[in-house]
Amino acid sequence: MSAGIDLENVCCDFGTFRAVDNANVSIRPGEFFSFLGPSGCGKTTILRMVSGFIEPTEGTIRIGGKDVKGTRPNQRPTALIFQNLALFPLMPIWENIAFGLEVRGVDKATRRRKAEELLKLVDLPGAADKMVSQLSGGQKQRVAIARALAVEPQVMLLDEPLSALDLKLRQHMRAELRAIQKRTGVTFIYITHDQGEALAMSDRVGVMSQGRIQQIADPKDIYNNPVNGFVASFVGENNIFTGTVGAVSNGMAAFETPEGSFRARIAPEAQGKAVKLYVRPEHTLLSDRAGENSIPVTVTEVAFEGAFISVHARTEKGMILSAEIRNDGLATVPDLGTRLHASFDPARAALLPDANVRS
Amino acid sequence: MQDLLRRYGPGLTFMMGLLVAFWLLMLVIVPNITLFEQSFRPYLPVTEIGGPRDTYSLNNYLKVFDGKVEKSFLGHVFTIPVHVYTFSLTIFYSMLVTVICFLMAYPLAYYLAKIVNPKSLPTLLLLLFIPLWVSEVLRAFAWWIILAFKGPLNALLQGIGLIEDPIRWTNMGYAGVVIGLVYTYVLFMLFPVYNAIQSLDSNQIEAAEDLGAPWWKIHWRIVLPHAKPGIASGSVMVFMLSAGSLLVPSILGSTTSQWFTQTIDQWFKDALDWNTASAYAFLLLLVCTLFVTLAMWVFRVKLSDIAK
Repeated sequence: MSAGIDLENVCCDFGTFRAVDNANVSIRPGEFFSFLGPSGCGKTTILRMVSGFIEPTEGTIRIGGKDVKGTRPNQRPTALIFQNLALFPLMPIWENIAFGLEVRGVDKATRRRKAEELLKLVDLPGAADKMVSQLSGGQKQRVAIARALAVEPQVMLLDEPLSALDLKLRQHMRAELRAIQKRTGVTFIYITHDQGEALAMSDRVGVMSQGRIQQIADPKDIYNNPVNGFVASFVGENNIFTGTVGAVSNGMAAFETPEGSFRARIAPEAQGKAVKLYVRPEHTLLSDRAGENSIPVTVTEVAFEGAFISVHARTEKGMILSAEIRNDGLATVPDLGTRLHASFDPARAALLPDANVRS
Repeated sequence: MQDLLRRYGPGLTFMMGLLVAFWLLMLVIVPNITLFEQSFRPYLPVTEIGGPRDTYSLNNYLKVFDGKVEKSFLGHVFTIPVHVYTFSLTIFYSMLVTVICFLMAYPLAYYLAKIVNPKSLPTLLLLLFIPLWVSEVLRAFAWWIILAFKGPLNALLQGIGLIEDPIRWTNMGYAGVVIGLVYTYVLFMLFPVYNAIQSLDSNQIEAAEDLGAPWWKIHWRIVLPHAKPGIASGSVMVFMLSAGSLLVPSILGSTTSQWFTQTIDQWFKDALDWNTASAYAFLLLLVCTLFVTLAMWVFRVKLSDIAK
């Protein structure tokens, strides 16, 4: 069983500070949905409102179509996995996992059996009688997931549960979490400030900044078609040019910058607003010939990263552009000081307004 | 020791060592050893001290079994040595005081540690501390006035219609003593319990609630087990201080209440028999220590947990 979550015009104030501003999102049953944003953007507040620890100041939260206003966390069909996991250190692992069942009055033998089944599910058999302090970080992670799954929640809420793990384990647990989500079919709402995590695991991502949801889309769209400068720069790297928009036609605009004039995409919503030009490093091409949208540059820094070559190049006005050359085995590494032309495809560069913040 | 030497130099380190040694030796070990040694010797006229009758024996300790009185308990009549009777009641009412202190301190400690706004915490703690600035004697007398037959407590209870006739609080067996001891020692329970609960990660309380636990289950399974060392150390303190209190039973006691410390006091001051008094004092210490050890074993608390 899994339930969808609807947030309608949800606001949350702490005193005079508005932590979440007019959040609207519909999360589908069985979906893996991530809220992505820097710390303090309001994503944890959303999670705590869904789990019931905070009541929204305004707006409605529905879980499985039912308004949950006034329902305490212990009455909601949600299970929260805390950032620090919050396992109970004085209970053995199996009692930790079966705590939710104990609360529901399930008898001891059934609890024990259920705990062992769940331990198998999270790939940690034989740990039932260990204490929390005997487990490693990744193992504790699995116990926390098993404990949350034990109460058969319709929605799992995860508050940056991987942030304490080392890189290797984090990547492994990403795949693991995704697999558990697919196996159980439970709706997952995942909170993270790590764009890689959000993009790799989620069906859809909501990018947040300063209490507002900036964009909700699938990971591909978030990366390829960011709606504003905040999303573009939070998810991935950019070369950013400031300037003024000239003539617009067919979704393409001329853009006058101190570095020169370019042509780039502009979305209808962005027209008439103050915009900047965003170009991803991997779309910034370096060649020895001038062409459309090109400016002369001098190579100042080259880093060979293996799969790609990262190049920094200075324009005549002193701006540093970064470019990534994919290493297909034949790519030549440019020498320092080489004079080249940096250019980009107008279709792959976007004119975007700044973040959507309250006025 | 090496650290002290490096940080403060030999002069200051020597002074610190000397002061600690003086404190331990002159203020703890020597007086206790003196009393301990005396407790095995008979009470003799000055001229016979050191004489042939001045020998070590357990007679002073065995005096506790002298003088039988007849008592009845749950319809069962039995005779019991009067001092053993006093002793048993002292232990029983000290336990009662400990339990009442815990029942009062736990909700307050939880409130202070987990619910109250951290901004108003210092004010609340200050309010709790202010009574401690007043002498214990004055506070006991204050309660003597509060509990008086025509005192404020009776006036209040009559005023809100809870009782019709005033109650003689200070002439109701151990009622006055228990009230006085609870008031005097409840903070010794509050602060260890508060410290213990405060060190509990609030996420654990939330996690338990999120998993569906009702409030009492959260306390029973999460908060209480975590606070156990604090509760134990608070209980040991309240119990030992209550059993050893002389002031409160003297001031708030009734004609029918006798505290074991009062018996010791009578041996010292009325009988001037310091030897028997010492024996009784050590008896109290020994039995209370055994009792606490037993209680810690029953509740599976380790000494190292309490020391934290």
